[in-house]
Amino acid sequence: MPDPVVTILDYGVGNLRSVARAFEVCGAMPRLAETPGQAMQADRLVIPGVGAFRSCVDALRAAGFADVVEQVVSHRERPVLGICVGMQMLLDVSEEFGQQVGLGFVPGKVSRIPSGAGSDDRRKVPHIGWSSLQPPTGASDVSWSGTVLNDTRRGTDVYFVHSFAAVPTLASDVLAVTDYGGHQICAALQRDNLFGVQFHPEKSGLGGLAIVRSFLNL
Amino acid sequence: MDIKGPNLIKGVHLEGLRKIGNPQERATRYYDEGADELIYMDVVASLYGRNSLVDLVRHATEHIFVPITVGGGVRAVGDVDRLLRVGADKVAVNTAALARPELIEELSRQFGSQCIVLSVEAKQRRDGGWEAYTDNGREHTGRDVVEWVQQAEQLGAGEILLTSIDKEGTRKGMDIALISAVTGVVDIPVIASGGAGTAGHLVAAISEGHADAVAVADMIHFDRTDLRSLRGELEQAGLSLRTPMVEEADA
Repeated sequence: MPDPVVTILDYGVGNLRSVARAFEVCGAMPRLAETPGQAMQADRLVIPGVGAFRSCVDALRAAGFADVVEQVVSHRERPVLGICVGMQMLLDVSEEFGQQVGLGFVPGKVSRIPSGAGSDDRRKVPHIGWSSLQPPTGASDVSWSGTVLNDTRRGTDVYFVHSFAAVPTLASDVLAVTDYGGHQICAALQRDNLFGVQFHPEKSGLGGLAIVRSFLNL
Repeated sequence: MDIKGPNLIKGVHLEGLRKIGNPQERATRYYDEGADELIYMDVVASLYGRNSLVDLVRHATEHIFVPITVGGGVRAVGDVDRLLRVGADKVAVNTAALARPELIEELSRQFGSQCIVLSVEAKQRRDGGWEAYTDNGREHTGRDVVEWVQQAEQLGAGEILLTSIDKEGTRKGMDIALISAVTGVVDIPVIASGGAGTAGHLVAAISEGHADAVAVADMIHFDRTDLRSLRGELEQAGLSLRTPMVEEADA
């Protein structure tokens, strides 16, 4: 069986080396797509994203990738994975610097993590560090099998670095959460073949690489 | 990991620098043993005006899948860009930011607060407060540490790497008063460094100093312990650590 080909959208934000390298050590052939034509052929599509929501969405649109993502997403057998801001962009809107329009594949918004100032659970924002993956509250029977978390045990720690987080409207879109100082953050979401992770699997040690591998096995 | 030229080095209190060995081998070992993050510092970069760790970081990110912070000689947007492009996740600034605090604002606007770390080298004054130093504790600046970290947070620093020059390399314990003074005034994560000789010292920095993380060098560079046993001791002391996945778990 040939190595699975993974297409990573390269729209000029952030460094894609670590992401590409993680897929490589997991046995895939990562390809960076700089044009919509290259991206359209993707069997598996990865949407990275770092920094500000608005600049990511703008750059993604300017590169002509918004339509490509739409087509790949609606072509249900092709898995798509958004990472960090790449996940946040899948939602309708973000409250980062006013209201910013996202790609709207997952109903919901992106909001700033509440700092809890003045309350007992004061938390630092940005949320930087390792935090564990858990099933969403009230959905302890949620199954991770057949998802990017197929080989992930509950409680696995992964690396987060973000100030904003996705708040999907539908509980059924939330695949995993993490507790941050008493506040639940959507850590992973799924809608059919579309996955998003708020954390960085390429920076989460062996536990992160297991998630990369599960995405390749979808 | 303090880097000078091709070597991993470590300052030993009052005895200057000692060579530890090949930084690449060490980095891989620490990653395998469960390091949550690696911090590389080019200790002579400010002297020469540039960071020479680009190749080292590029190589490290081929094999290491935890966050990497790089510092030393970072003066401008271009320096940060160069380091992020080869795979650094965060960049630490000290000397140039003290000379021109607006640098922090420029960098955090451009790259986001999450990747701008303020590195602080603190030395206690006679009056009990702390002064910020540069160039590995060689140059003093007259800036008060507690004021400086607050200004840096306002300018957009996303994290603070706080090193006690007095304790650094002594193995006699961390400067808990310094750590508390800083964690008490900022709302961004603080990584405490300098002086750890035992697991108990690290526990004190977290539980009494309220540090968000601790950095170790001496303890593991000189093989006084290894990260695996250290993590075990910290867990026994009641700290909540991530459980690094072991290879067998994959089988």
